[in-house]
Amino acid sequence: MSTPLLYALTGVVLWGIGLLGLVGLRHLLRKLLALNLIGSATFLILVGLAQHHNGPDPVPQALVLTGIVVSIAATALGVVLIRRYFHLTGCTELGNGAEGSKEDRAP
Amino acid sequence: MSNWLMAGLLFTPLALATTSLLLNFRQGRALAWLGMVLQLLVSVGLRGLVKQEGGFYYSLAGWDAPLGIELRVDGLAVTFLLLTTLVASGCGIHAGIYLKPDKPWQRYFWPLYWFLWAGLNTVWIGGDLFNLYVGLELISLAAVGLVALGGQAEALRAALRYLLAALLGSMAYLLGVALIYGQFGTLSLAEVAHQVRLMDQAELMRPALVLMLVGLALKTALFPLHGWLPPAHGIAKSPVSALLSALVVKASFYIAARIWLEAGEVVATQWMAQLIGALGAAAVIWGSWLAWCQPRLKQVVAYSSVAQIGYLFLLFPLTFGVDASTSLQAQQGITLQVISHALAKSAMFLAAGNLILAVGNNRVDALAGVSHFLPFSLFSFGLAGVSLMGLPPSGGFAAKWMLLQASMASGQWWWILVLVGGGLLSAAYVFRIYRASFLERDEKDHFYHPDRRLEVVAMLLAVASLGLGLAGSQVLSVMALPFEEVQ
Repeated sequence: MSTPLLYALTGVVLWGIGLLGLVGLRHLLRKLLALNLIGSATFLILVGLAQHHNGPDPVPQALVLTGIVVSIAATALGVVLIRRYFHLTGCTELGNGAEGSKEDRAP
Repeated sequence: MSNWLMAGLLFTPLALATTSLLLNFRQGRALAWLGMVLQLLVSVGLRGLVKQEGGFYYSLAGWDAPLGIELRVDGLAVTFLLLTTLVASGCGIHAGIYLKPDKPWQRYFWPLYWFLWAGLNTVWIGGDLFNLYVGLELISLAAVGLVALGGQAEALRAALRYLLAALLGSMAYLLGVALIYGQFGTLSLAEVAHQVRLMDQAELMRPALVLMLVGLALKTALFPLHGWLPPAHGIAKSPVSALLSALVVKASFYIAARIWLEAGEVVATQWMAQLIGALGAAAVIWGSWLAWCQPRLKQVVAYSSVAQIGYLFLLFPLTFGVDASTSLQAQQGITLQVISHALAKSAMFLAAGNLILAVGNNRVDALAGVSHFLPFSLFSFGLAGVSLMGLPPSGGFAAKWMLLQASMASGQWWWILVLVGGGLLSAAYVFRIYRASFLERDEKDHFYHPDRRLEVVAMLLAVASLGLGLAGSQVLSVMALPFEEVQ
């Protein structure tokens, strides 16, 4: 198996794990971490798959740097929202349905 | 000339966003008015430039692709830049009066507003797949911040739901981009499209296309991935809801449409195109039905967005495997639908905000008697509704008429049922609001009178959506401006 393919397959597996976590887990922080895992998997595929010319290609590395910045910003926003939500409601989970009453368990 | 225009287009929103972080709400508002005038001048100037010299590629700061940022300014991009200027200025002016400056968090509205605008401009003229991703993320993060503005628990819940959905969508899109880069070693949309056409086995690109389309559909809230949209658009402040429904969901659709038109014909199958169209049709029916059932006014308008977004996805079957003139007709119809929905829905959300301000309550049945007190806002709501239903002479009618013709020309008669049925269903939920507001009730006899300027803004946007049907050919002529293929 060639190296780029190995990277890509690892990335796909990580992506799957992250997606399962995002859908399956209920704690908001865990959902956010699952999204981070998905992000890392995507970056791994982006860098790993593009190895055409006898060695790594520099362009995707530059792209991934930008991607990491975006991902940090998104994570920071998510954490701030989750913290504020926890302060206001005491919940760490999103309830079912938008208008549903808040019977989530307090942690 | 083009240097100054591009700087004005991309640099001013970012500069205004960072500057207004330092200002309070009133100062930020004054700065925003200046910025709106600038954006108007720049987008009108760009239209003139494209009309004179044709569309062009522009490398930011002289760096060429792949490391530099490649921007593609064509007629369609200019159309959307003008639309953004119109709608975002309307919402900005409304927000400047609607939001009360005495709350401490209000001053964060302006930075988020300008970041959103910068992201939108980036997406309309983005020429390579990765920068489209960055633009999309900028839009999503600013939009989530705007939904959370004010910080009530319900708003935060909606914002979090929106954030998770939007990030997953972007990641699916980016995974598709990674696969494409791995295959072709380029990110330029035009270059990818060129290489796909030369490939022997174009179906190898199908997973990448599917990933990108699914991610973008999630961000556009296509049925059945629409669950995040109604809470977010329903709970946000009215001018914010108007911005989100009118422009933000269109950005991801715009990218999906451009990828589809460049590469869909070669890579996709008839089966995929019909499936996307069927999901759009289901969104029209299901969204309209849910809009009719909602007890709260803004939820009605939000579910109506789900339905109207459904029409946009008819682009996919109507441009696949048909002759060039039918495809062009479908593209023009969808462009008109995007523009008329943006104008009508922003007018509707702003008018709904005024009505809620007047009765002090979010519920539809609380509107009883408001027709005496706020006929002007109710009229704007109705005019916007006329465009959503697709009655002549509104922009919605012109759009649906072109889609109808495209359906018949391509022999896909089943979409006609969707177009007609959707119009009837939207009539049902608009008239439900009217019925509630004409009912008489004794106990309530005084209403708060919102600022007259708030009503004027909603009215202007509603009239624009109505007049679009009459000016349709002029709008489409901007879209059809020639493009010089230099690269």
